[in-house]
Amino acid sequence: MTIEGLLGRKLGTTQVFDEKGRLRGVTAVEVGPCFVTSLRTPEKNGYTAIQVGYREDPRLNRPAAGHLKAAGNLKLRHLAEFRTSGADSYALGDRLGAGLFAVGGKVDVTATSKGRGFQGGVRRHNFRGGPRTHGQSDRHRAPGSIGSGTTPGRVFKGTRMAGHMGAVRTTVRNLEVVSRNDEAGVIFVAGSVPGPTGGLVRIRTARKVAK
Amino acid sequence: MSYELDALTLGEARTDRPDFGSGDTVRVHAKVVEGDKERIQVFEGVVIRKRMKGLVSNFTVRKIASGVGVERTFPLNSPRVDRIEVTRRGKVRRKNLYYLRGLTGKAARIKEKRF
Repeated sequence: MTIEGLLGRKLGTTQVFDEKGRLRGVTAVEVGPCFVTSLRTPEKNGYTAIQVGYREDPRLNRPAAGHLKAAGNLKLRHLAEFRTSGADSYALGDRLGAGLFAVGGKVDVTATSKGRGFQGGVRRHNFRGGPRTHGQSDRHRAPGSIGSGTTPGRVFKGTRMAGHMGAVRTTVRNLEVVSRNDEAGVIFVAGSVPGPTGGLVRIRTARKVAK
Repeated sequence: MSYELDALTLGEARTDRPDFGSGDTVRVHAKVVEGDKERIQVFEGVVIRKRMKGLVSNFTVRKIASGVGVERTFPLNSPRVDRIEVTRRGKVRRKNLYYLRGLTGKAARIKEKRF
């Protein structure tokens, strides 16, 4: 019935003391405020979902602004769709926020991880590198063999090598919501969240909760 | 840490902490849970490090207990740190006094600050 996710922004990591006075490492995530910008219905679209927008931006181009006209002429930079069982309970322009996520519940957070640039095999795939002693030179962080010889005479696709690392869509599942600040619309989730501080994140109630 | 995050968390920071720094000798009244009872244990020693990071600030106290160097790091804002008493102000030239780890006895003394 209810929507299960929203857009937000990572505010950075900090610590929280629990009721026993123990420290917990948490990440602060600003959830919303998001506004309902469009409704997907089975009749029109073949599935049920709501589209929400996040973050006001006065400099929208005409097509983007035109799309948001129906939702009360809001100027929102980011749009995302979330599946829901019933879109009837939402109307265009509705404001949604951190209230969606209960303290103690689990959430999945999706974001683009920090870009690491071009990285070698040791860093990117946890290769061991070469020996540090026994007369080795220039082989300390080398990838080693990348395949056999004449047969098959080529390097298999997907062989792990040095290359671009990071800056990919990453989901961290089952993060506990440790606390919530309704005034600021911020939730604190245990553990880390992909992406840089200030980065756009997608938060939804956890899909695969361990029994 | 971002300013935005500071604004959210600094309200929880404890304001009853005395002003102290590296080189000072302090008595930290820490709450210890034993079974289901809670009591206060005093840890006295020299502050060898203090990291000021808003709510996440912490400090390390070093003492020599039965001939063995013992260091404990306390979160500055922890509810388990009941009280901090400053017993001596030390005069030191650096922020992290890691050099004390290699010294014992007379050499590990710190001059008292004179005002």
